Amino acid sequence: MTLAPGTTSTRSAPAGTAAPSAPSTLDRPGMTGAIGSSRRRPDGVPKVRGEFAFSSDLFAEGALWGQVLRSPHPAARILGIDSTRARDLAGVHTVLLAADVPGSPTYGLDRKDQPVFASDVVRYTGEPVAAVAADHPEIARRAAALVEVRYAPLEPLVDPAKALEPATPPVHPDGNVFRHISLVHGDVGTEAPVAVEGSYEVGMQDQAFMGPESGLAIPDGAGGVDLYVSTQWLHVDQEQVAACLGLEPTEVRLHLSGVGGAFGAREDVSLQVHICLLALATGRPVKIVYSREESFFGHVHRHPARMWYRHSADRDGRLVKVEARILLDGGAYASSSTAVLSNAACFAAGPYKVPNAHVEADVVRTNNPPCGAMRGFGAVQVCHAYEAQMDRLAAELGMDPVDLRLRNALASGDELITGQVIKGTAPVAEVIRACAAAPMPMPDRQGALGEDGGRNGVGIGEESEEMALPGGAGRSADARRVRRGVGLAVGFKNLMYSEGFDDSAAAACRLERGVVTITSAAAEVGQGLVTLLQQIATEVLGIEKVVVAPADTGIGSAGSTSASRQSWMTGGAVEIACRRVRNRVLEIVAARHGLVAGLLELSGGKVVAFDGSLAEDLETALGDEVVEETVTYCHAKTMPLDGNGQGDAHVSFAFAAHRAVVDVDLDLGLVKVVEIATAQDVGRVLNPLQVVGQLEGGIAQGLGLAVMEEIVLEDGLVKNPSFTDYLIPTALDMPVVRISSLIEEPEPGAPFGAKGVGEPPTISSTAAIAAAVRAATGLPLTRVPIRPEHIALGGD
Amino acid sequence: MLVPASLDELLASVAADTRADLIAGGTDLMVEVNFGRRSPESVISVALVPELKSWYRSGDEVILNAALTYSEMMRPPLCELLPALAQAARTVGSPQIRNAGTIGGNLATASPAGDTLPVLAALEATVVLESAEGGRAVPVGEFIVSVKRTSLAPGEIIRSVRVPARRAAQEFLKVGTRNAMVIAVCSVALVADAERREVHLGLGSVGPVPLRAPRAEELATSLFDWDEGVPRASEKELARLAELASEAARPIDDHRSTARYRRHAVGVCARRAFERARLPDATGRRSVTP
Repeated sequence: MTLAPGTTSTRSAPAGTAAPSAPSTLDRPGMTGAIGSSRRRPDGVPKVRGEFAFSSDLFAEGALWGQVLRSPHPAARILGIDSTRARDLAGVHTVLLAADVPGSPTYGLDRKDQPVFASDVVRYTGEPVAAVAADHPEIARRAAALVEVRYAPLEPLVDPAKALEPATPPVHPDGNVFRHISLVHGDVGTEAPVAVEGSYEVGMQDQAFMGPESGLAIPDGAGGVDLYVSTQWLHVDQEQVAACLGLEPTEVRLHLSGVGGAFGAREDVSLQVHICLLALATGRPVKIVYSREESFFGHVHRHPARMWYRHSADRDGRLVKVEARILLDGGAYASSSTAVLSNAACFAAGPYKVPNAHVEADVVRTNNPPCGAMRGFGAVQVCHAYEAQMDRLAAELGMDPVDLRLRNALASGDELITGQVIKGTAPVAEVIRACAAAPMPMPDRQGALGEDGGRNGVGIGEESEEMALPGGAGRSADARRVRRGVGLAVGFKNLMYSEGFDDSAAAACRLERGVVTITSAAAEVGQGLVTLLQQIATEVLGIEKVVVAPADTGIGSAGSTSASRQSWMTGGAVEIACRRVRNRVLEIVAARHGLVAGLLELSGGKVVAFDGSLAEDLETALGDEVVEETVTYCHAKTMPLDGNGQGDAHVSFAFAAHRAVVDVDLDLGLVKVVEIATAQDVGRVLNPLQVVGQLEGGIAQGLGLAVMEEIVLEDGLVKNPSFTDYLIPTALDMPVVRISSLIEEPEPGAPFGAKGVGEPPTISSTAAIAAAVRAATGLPLTRVPIRPEHIALGGD
Repeated sequence: MLVPASLDELLASVAADTRADLIAGGTDLMVEVNFGRRSPESVISVALVPELKSWYRSGDEVILNAALTYSEMMRPPLCELLPALAQAARTVGSPQIRNAGTIGGNLATASPAGDTLPVLAALEATVVLESAEGGRAVPVGEFIVSVKRTSLAPGEIIRSVRVPARRAAQEFLKVGTRNAMVIAVCSVALVADAERREVHLGLGSVGPVPLRAPRAEELATSLFDWDEGVPRASEKELARLAELASEAARPIDDHRSTARYRRHAVGVCARRAFERARLPDATGRRSVTP
């Protein structure tokens, strides 16, 4: 089933293109406010008007300001720390060091290897060493600078390949290899007549959310603390913070505050422990707000990757074998590196039928910044490589790249290289076909600007046709030297957590005086979950008045807002809780009227009988009676990968294809992405407008990784920790997004059949753009982000 | 923080506190403050000094007062008098930044990547400085002495910038790694002055200060058809022009780009600027056919 084919949304339609169809055209007739409608998000207008309260806007009477002191070295021994001068500064209330941590000295998502404060060695630039609380943020900053740390710098280990060598001294007592996966599938000795080989690289991307880390900790006067913070997962923070504070989890209550984006960067603890320590040490509320620069050092990034691939196929283009070596740089601490590697290995061959596979994958520890979760989570890096390989193979075979992909496309019932059989939906051929069939954007602009390149009469500062050329506002393009290229890529990844990590989600539904209140600990990070939960409740209960209560740790864990999982998991919990409430309401009313519950239903805020003999307002029907149900939702069990990287490690998969059309300035190497067409496997559309938002946002991040976004490192130092130099796409960089098709094949077992939609847009958009730039230039361009010099000066 | 309301008050304030930082739009100063690289003890704002605002014509010169904003440079009729300056202004930051940032600030910061600076170099602008003791005029090439260093003396302020308003072709091209809101990896300003029959090239972000390219200028001057107002050059001559512009560059490797790419790109931009150059006729219209 296809929704609104040819729907085009836009961020920056060049002058002259038709206006995009309004999102409301995606609404389905007859459904307003429930599943399938573009219900508007409650936080939308306040955010646009600047009225939404983010965690950086939190206020408490008498609050102090916290500041963290960070290591300027990627690797050094700490010889001594003297905080006397900092403590003596007027307005300073406390200075805390490692010795002041009462509980566990370390924390971590997977392994607790990251110190709250470094005490003997620092392992990356930006590692916290001390924290200060003061009356004013400027005093706190000055005090932090007065903490005297004597370092003996060490030679940093910054080359991940060197980290693998046994002779390399360990950066940490746990060693330099976080995880190794040797995946062997089928007969790896099989040979095939056609083979292509290539090496690929992905740079370190930042999540670049808009709201830097911030929070407010308020001591409760009884030894406990309430922490108001931006996070993706309240309970995993709670567990780590309580352990470091030496408190029971019940003594550390977390409250979700306004989150300004996440994309994986808020999965790890950043300021949570520091701010609570400062609040408990001073007995005062303490607030911390990172600057943008500190934010670059305060969270994990996307793993840089080096990959080698060999694809073997028969002459008809059927894949026979994929061999890969994958090396991810995990940086100084484990974070979620082991799970990211699992994804990289499991999805290394792409959404294709591959009977034989051999993948050797490592994620290693270095003195680079720690890497962890980011949208796409290990699937992005390998997609860049396997899709470039598929294009190479198509060229070698003389086949159309789309045909080659279709010939090998996975389908439901097929086996992955992990041996897992896909039991759910897998419309891979459908997304490829729909994407490839999208109409091409406006004609090639070459020569269309006239002999002078269209310069005359161009008003300054007006959005002009020439601004749509590569180089944009810099007016650097010569239309005669601009070449157009087209590239297509397909990607996939798992939904939910994997490998036996069976994440559940708790939620409560309460019906009182005709108003539904949904409570859960699920983090709304900007993705729109609050709206979806309202829609689900309305759909099930037939009640429009749905309040989603603030998320806190007063209820069971909802699991993380990541892995494209909350619509399914918390959505599933809410659906069941609402159904139970509905059933109880019908039973109560049926009993009162001497009717059979099975002949009643909830509709439009009323209890109605099928034959019209009863139509009673809920408020009248229930009076003061409160009906409440709490549910913990679990997904199907998964298992860890075995010694050969085999096993049913994943719950469900989502697929997407992207076709990029780019214009490239051949001499300057500048790229303008003209259009991205996409088709995505969504199971079922719960909210069309939100799906469009996720697709556009994911494509923006994919574009960033393709042509501009990279944390530049030099000997373990970050050279561009600012939005001046860490470039993310502007409106002028963002292409028209043409949603060719949303493939709706309901996923068995998923609430309403819906698959998470957040990550797939980021996976293959990068690969599609890279392919298009290769097509325009004829260069191999094996590394992303592609930099102007790689094109202009020939290759990378 | 002092907010003088007239030029005399401003000069007196600066004389009384020569170590104070001056602030106009704050688009450079506040970045330094926010990064903790600068903690000014005292700041003097020029925001309310009427004499530093706007611009005017004086004979065959345009006088740009120091607090002229980038947005103002983009508006007619100024953008028609100085199109390269307007184009450079358009490449600065976002609309909010362009509404705040000023030409005086761009000069005072003297960043190698200052977007208006190669234009001022190609226009052979004169920077007018003033202090309580009096004023002096300095060629822009002498005003900017090295990376982020100027010849501004203690107690002096930038009063205005004088540029010629003669019949000329003007172009500005900037290369950055995204399509807007980006620090220049390199930039080129071209001025083909019809009265002096000279082509000037200003190169940005390829040296410690905005550079000129004398040998490339000489070649471009000889290749320009001053009667028809259009460039006349063979492919080989254009390639030579690019090469000479590249040779004039003194770029470095940094996190934004490589010296090799900058050298290459500045040549490409110089060539393209020359190819685009069209002299306006007496009515201000530019010829279209080469």
